[in-house]
This record gives sequence, C-alpha cells and structure tokens, in this order.
Amino acid sequence: MAAKLSTTKLERVLFTGGQVVDPEHLTQKKSDVLVEKGRIVDVGQFDGGEFDGERIDINGKIVCPGLIDMHVHLREPGREDEETVESGAAAAMSGGFTSICPMPNTEPAADTAEVIEFLKNRARDLLVDVFPIGAVTKGRKGEELAEIGALVAAGAVAFSDDGDPVSTAGLMRRALEYSNMFDVPIIEHCEDKSLSENGVMNESAVSTRLGLPGIPGISEDVIVARDVEIAQFTGGKLHIAHISTANSVDLVRQAKKRGIKVTCEVMPHHFALTDESIAGYDPNLKMNPPLRTQADVDAMLSGLKDGTIDVIATDHAPHSIEEKETEFGVAPFGIVGLETALGLVMKYLVQAKVLTLPQAVAKMTKAPADILRLERGSLSKGAPASLTVFDPGVSWTVDKAAFKSKSRNTPFEGWELVGQVFGLFNKGLWWQPGQ
Amino acid sequence: MEFNRKHLLGLEGFSREEIIHILDTANSFKEVLSRPIPKVPTLRGKTIVNLFFEASTRTRISFELAQKRLSADTVNFATSTSSVKKGETLRDTARNIEAMKIDMVVIRHGAAGAPLFLTQCVDASIINAGDGQHEHPTQGLLDLMTLRDKFGDLQGKKVVIVGDIAHSRVARSNIYGLQALGAQVGLCGPSTFMPYQAEHWGTEIFHSIEEAIEWSDVLNVLRIQLERQEKGLFPSTREYRRFFGVTRERLEHAKRDITILHPGPINRGVEIESELADSEFSLILDQVTNGVAVRMAALYLFSGLNKETTDA
Repeated sequence: MAAKLSTTKLERVLFTGGQVVDPEHLTQKKSDVLVEKGRIVDVGQFDGGEFDGERIDINGKIVCPGLIDMHVHLREPGREDEETVESGAAAAMSGGFTSICPMPNTEPAADTAEVIEFLKNRARDLLVDVFPIGAVTKGRKGEELAEIGALVAAGAVAFSDDGDPVSTAGLMRRALEYSNMFDVPIIEHCEDKSLSENGVMNESAVSTRLGLPGIPGISEDVIVARDVEIAQFTGGKLHIAHISTANSVDLVRQAKKRGIKVTCEVMPHHFALTDESIAGYDPNLKMNPPLRTQADVDAMLSGLKDGTIDVIATDHAPHSIEEKETEFGVAPFGIVGLETALGLVMKYLVQAKVLTLPQAVAKMTKAPADILRLERGSLSKGAPASLTVFDPGVSWTVDKAAFKSKSRNTPFEGWELVGQVFGLFNKGLWWQPGQ
Repeated sequence: MEFNRKHLLGLEGFSREEIIHILDTANSFKEVLSRPIPKVPTLRGKTIVNLFFEASTRTRISFELAQKRLSADTVNFATSTSSVKKGETLRDTARNIEAMKIDMVVIRHGAAGAPLFLTQCVDASIINAGDGQHEHPTQGLLDLMTLRDKFGDLQGKKVVIVGDIAHSRVARSNIYGLQALGAQVGLCGPSTFMPYQAEHWGTEIFHSIEEAIEWSDVLNVLRIQLERQEKGLFPSTREYRRFFGVTRERLEHAKRDITILHPGPINRGVEIESELADSEFSLILDQVTNGVAVRMAALYLFSGLNKETTDA
C-alpha cells in the first residue's frame, strides 16, 4: 500500500554546486540557487560565508524547474485500487515530477467544479502540485459541453475527453470557441473510432502476422487534420495529446507554419519502442495510441528536434494486475510512465544527442507550463521554487516492484536507464528518494 | 529426427524438416485408422483437456477422436464467455489445470496469443486449435497432408487461398506451412479482405478469381463469414459470388487441373458452387480424414513421449 512520502519543510535553502539548467534561456551552468519562503530569491554564485538556512550540496547534479507531466491518469475517484491522488503523486515524485495534470476520465468524470475541487483538496498537503484537466463534455459523452467556466474557476487548467476524441467536428468547433473565452486549451485524443474499430495494436505487417486487429495510423491523422482546421477557424488553442504517427507530426508542423495555435506532446514509449516488440503478446505493450513503426519513431525524434513536438508527457495509465495479465486482445490500454520517463528521456533523447539537456528539460517544464499557463517552469527571481534535482550520470535498472505507483504495468521492467532523481523541492517542502 | 518442440502454437517458424516429420508421423497414424480396431495405446495414462472458448464442432470432434484413438484420458471444457470475462476465466482455468496435473491442453480461443499466454501459466504442452485471427496449425497441417497425398512434393506448387484472408487463422497457418514446403502461395479476394501489408509474406495477390485460377494448381477456399457484410467489408453475397465465387465453369476454363480444398463448414452457393464441393475437383472429405491423423501425430509428438523414448 503506497503511503504519502515524508518531506521536510524548509524556509530558507541554498542549493550549492549544482549545474543549473534554465529552460527559458536553454542554458546550463554551475550556479547556486537560493530559495526563501517557497520562492526563488536568486540564482548565481554565493560565497561560502554565513548562511542561517539549510545548505544542500548538489555538486555534480542537475537542478532545473520541477518537471511537469501534463498527461496522467490518477484513477481517483472510481478506481482507487489502481491509483489514487496520493499514490500517483508518490509515483510522480519517484520519477522527478513536481506537477501532474490528471485527465478527467474517472468515475465520476471530472466534469463538474466539485470533482476538480475534490482533486485539488486531495493534493493540498502533498509536495506535488495537481493541476486537474476537466472534461470537455458532460460525462465525457460527447454531447453537451461541460461547465467549462465553472471548472476553470475551480482550478481546471485544460479540457479533454481523453480516452475518446471530441465526438464530432461540430462539437469541437463549439469547444474551441467556448474554451477560448477562458484562454484554456482543448487537449485532443486523436482517434477516429470508425477507423480504429476493435483494433488493439498498430495496423502493420506485425499486426497482420500476429493476427491482431489493427489501429491504422490514419485513425489518428484524420482527427489531427480535422482539428487543426477547426483550430484555425475558431482561433482556439488546440493541444494534440500523445502524438504517435509520422503523418500527424507533419500535420502539426504544417499547421504551426500556418500560424495555427496548435501544440502537441509525445510519450516516451512512442520514441523508445516500436510495434515489433509485441511479438510475444505482452499486454504491457498495449496502449492507445499504439506503438507504431520505426519510421514513426524516427518522425517523433525529428519532431522533437525541430520543435514541432513541444512537450514530453507520460500518459501514465495504471491498471490492476488482474486486468492487465491476460490475453493481449482483452487487456485494457495503457502503461504506467511517471517513474520511467526521465530515465527514458535521458537515455533516448539526451544521451542519443537528439536533444540537448536544456531542450529536453524545457519540454518537461517550460513548454507544458506555457501551454497550461502555469506559474511554473521558470527559475526567475520571485518564481515559485519548484525544483527537480537529479544525477544525470547514474545508470539504474527498472524494478517495478519498487514503484511507488499502485500499478505495475510497465514494458520497461529490467531496462537500464540513465538519470537518477536526487531530490525535489516544491511548496517549501524537500524530499529525497528513500526518505 | 529429434523433435524438441513442446508446444504447437503456430506453423510460423517451423522448418521443412519439422513439418515433414509431423506429416510422416501422421501418415503412419492414418494407417492405424484403417485397421479393424483403429486404436493404439500410445498416449495411455496421459491426460488431455480440450478447452474450447469458442464454438467449434468439427475441430473439437476431430481432436477428441484423435485422443480416443491414442487411448488418452480426456476432459472437455467448453465455454463461451463475454469478452470482458475471458481473461479472468483463462487465467483461473490455467491454475486449475496446473492443480489437476494435466499433461496437454488443446485450446481454441477468440483472442490471438491466448495459447502463448497459457504456456506462460502452466507446465503442460499446449496445442493451438485456433486463436483469434492468428493461427490454426492443425488445420494448416491437414491441408498440407492432403496436398502431399495428391502431389507428393509440394515444391513449386502454386496454392491460392481464396476469401477473407485478413480475418483468417487458417490462411496464416497455410501460408507458413506451404512456404516451408517450398510451395508458392497466392491470396485472392476483395481488397477489403486483404490484411494490411500482406505482401510482406511474399505472396502473390489477386483481385480476380479468373487470374488466380489461371495461376494456380490448388484453390483453398475459405468460408465467407456473412457477418462481414454488416461490417461493410463486402456489399453482398451476390456481388461476392459474381467476382470471387469458385464455379465449375471457371475451373473448366483453367489450363490445368485444379484441386479444391475447403476448411469447412461450407457456405454452399456462396464461396463455392454447391455441386463443385462434391465433385472430382474436391478433396474436402480427405481433409476431414487427414484431420484426425494429423491431430494424432501432433498429440503424440508434442506430448514429449517421443522424446522420452528417444532418451531411454
């Protein structure tokens, strides 16, 4: 049973000797970070004189704004056996995240101010900030708009019917028009269900060989194409969730060139794995959108590199062992991701020289903060002191038994990853793994 | 030869030698079937459970008969559950099998990969009797056996599988088996029945039954699932018959003799002309007889008994 992780309250802290990665200026240099009353006082060189606060030596470590995962599923309310706000927050901490944005596909759905307030309340005493995403439509049924204004007032930072697309083009038009009044994005799960039908993996030579019903890439592409047009027409803010196909990346690239307000995110599994890995029918390789081909992975990498892909998020989707340890076709979609994301980013993007460390950090801090208008992702004087400290040189082996999440559905068990969390600071609280 | 495989999950990856060994073994069991008392003690003391999560008549009967002819003890478990409950049922059933010390499991399941999943849960040998749209290896083997009876070596023979390839486990097992024996494989059907990137199999693809007949020595005609019409994969049986129906008239235009296989059950008058199914072109009833022999061979070879005797 996952419990709340214990933290230390610190009023004045000086982080000394760390490599400061600043995603606003895309720089990395050795500096100290002075924090007081939960805000950043200054970043620079402080002499070794008197200091009446706590000194934390982070020599050789990276310190950056606290990582933000703008796409998680916390399962509370409804499936507390799989994850709760508290266990999800613990998993986030273990993975180096100080902010998480839970999707609204809970039971009941986060489609009223009350559910948003409930989530905010559940997170009040935790180190991690929880910024909930509200449902676009009542009950996520794709019929009537939810009370988007009331949800924003309660703390919702974006809207999504994730798990499903916004059902029709007409409804998407209204959602983008209406949400634009409140300057919040619509986060779209791009999937034309008439094309994906009963598919369980990418439609490819692999699905043909395995005899598994396929989800064609075009089921994603046609909704991306539809929605960027609607975004242009309405002027609303569109964010494409979990992009997975080469064509969709290209559609977003073209839309950005046309000046359309569209952003997108990619999940680590969509740049670290291909559908070839499904040969053994492991349900921990089943997610939606599915693992695609090497050509798609290559497109993810070039999209990250050229800036088409703004954000790296996880789509952390906890599922119980009973539901997941079954035949591939029957198992639910989704894998947990919070506790492996940083290691995968460090190994497959930074070590592989796809992105510089500041660029990678920006996609997990400043970029989601900008899209969601969160006062996060910055090391400027006076900014909230939300910090992630990690050791970029340490290799470690994924051991799902050690996860803080209540669920264990990961395809990365036994993988050797790079970059180990050293500590987190947020809301005036300091935490280190093992504490 | 040494035969070291424990499970029969599919024909993908089987070598020519392995397949020939199974088929030769099947031939010797076929001889048993023609005796006045068609029964041998080969699997006496072995316990086999037949797990059928999907409705099946002919495959189940064929397996049961094969088991009886080999003197095995058998238990039948047939269920058809909602897809949501399927997973739990299979896992729990697997645990029960383990507890009951069963030697072999014959499984038919609607989910591709279910037999592989079972190998991860139990120690018993697993024989796949059809998993989703993946494979149906004993059907593939009995088709190969029937063609070998007729042609001897299949090297260079041209076999066209006609029908809904995308949704067919029979097609997949046939493709792998035929290719292992050196036959050339063609696929024929409307483009909506072709799986994505089917060309990766190295097969010829035909959208004209006349061209397929022109090319082939054998047509293996698959049953058309009428519910595919509701899903919009083909417009009507009339349209299907017009463009893909196998008829005597079409066969008589062929340059060479054509042999017809059909895994059954037949939709007479849809994918194949009724009279043709019973004609001199057809080997359909030989397939049924060979089915029992092939399953006897599979049960014997995958029981590990073959290996035990070799070791001794």
